[in-house]
Amino acid sequence: MTEEPDFLGQDSDGGSEEVVLTPAELIERLEQAWMNEKFAPELLESKPEIVECVMEQLEHMEENVRRAKREDLKVSIHQMEMERIRYVLSSYLRCRLMKIEKFFPHVLEKEKTRRDGEPSSLSPEELAFTREFMANTETYLKNVALKHMPPNLQKVDLFRAVPKPDLDSYVFLRVRERQENILVEPDTDEQGDYVIDLEKGSQHLIRYKTIAPLVASGAVQLI
Amino acid sequence: MFCEKATELVRELHRAPEGQLPAFNEDGLRQVLEEMKALYEQNQSDVNEAKSGGRSDLIPTIKFRHCSLLRNRRCTVAYLYDRLLRIRALRWEYGSILPNALRFHMSAEEMEWFNNYKKSLATYMRSLGGREGLDITQDMKPPKSLYIEVRCLKDYGEFEVDDGTSVLLKKNSQHFLPRWKCEQLIRQGVLEHILS
Repeated sequence: MTEEPDFLGQDSDGGSEEVVLTPAELIERLEQAWMNEKFAPELLESKPEIVECVMEQLEHMEENVRRAKREDLKVSIHQMEMERIRYVLSSYLRCRLMKIEKFFPHVLEKEKTRRDGEPSSLSPEELAFTREFMANTETYLKNVALKHMPPNLQKVDLFRAVPKPDLDSYVFLRVRERQENILVEPDTDEQGDYVIDLEKGSQHLIRYKTIAPLVASGAVQLI
Repeated sequence: MFCEKATELVRELHRAPEGQLPAFNEDGLRQVLEEMKALYEQNQSDVNEAKSGGRSDLIPTIKFRHCSLLRNRRCTVAYLYDRLLRIRALRWEYGSILPNALRFHMSAEEMEWFNNYKKSLATYMRSLGGREGLDITQDMKPPKSLYIEVRCLKDYGEFEVDDGTSVLLKKNSQHFLPRWKCEQLIRQGVLEHILS
């Protein structure tokens, strides 16, 4: 029937690396990002390239389905595939929005203190959304209650009032690239710091904070 | 005892099961604010007395009232914020138009917050991808099949399906329709997914 479109994934700013990803690889990247986001306690780095490319992919597939004759089986299979991809993408974006809303003062603070060149946890659109959410909520609380309170109590520091993500929560992971000398901090005072090696393919249950940079680099996959 | 009304507000929400939004307790909120005003004024006068009259024995009372004020504020903000979270969940559950019964439970300001939230969310969703964006309030569950068997629970009228044909959704009629088209109607209670 229709060929799989030959797919080229690019960085959104075009200039830098041109990574040629097959559709299968793109979807695998999407699923990895999705699972990482689901299981990580904090908002992870934003992946606008993946989102854009997947949306393009979905549009290609829709085009192909439209052009094809109504031979039920192949069309149905492609439609099913499209629905699955759309579900994963929506779920990924929903997960991110939920974390943004849950931790909004901290998310904004992290973005404010981010250095140039460091990757952002928020896409520009997510940043706009977060700012609007914060303004909306602050205005609401001020108008309904705070401005009617005694003058010395009218300011509520949302950064202190809204809980931070719990980076000490435990996560399951699978090791994709071998890591050596990971420093693990003790749970209790009796244990000292100790060092472990992560073998490729092994699975672990470990505190998120210890391996957070490895999630960002792709060395481990949260499961 | 101080802060009783504020605690009652919090308890009211604690009792309401998740997802439910009780009516906005405007009266309760007003009483808490009034109590805060009274406490503050009492403290003001006592602080003056303590400073000018040397009444340092008033200081424990002042501190106590200040703690009550802080507690009142904390309970109030918790009450209001928790309601906002429930209202936010309504957008994801029911879509942009809320059922009347729920709307009556919301204050005018909550409605305004809801409208702003809706707008923000819509802008964000439209920005996804190149063209018209992606409605991420759809596809809430992993798709099991392309088409599903549904029963109509209320009269809805004509409903257009993909290839242009339309279906008449009359109460108790059963149809075999594309899943993604039905999702919204199922959430609104118009259709029921028949699981055989």
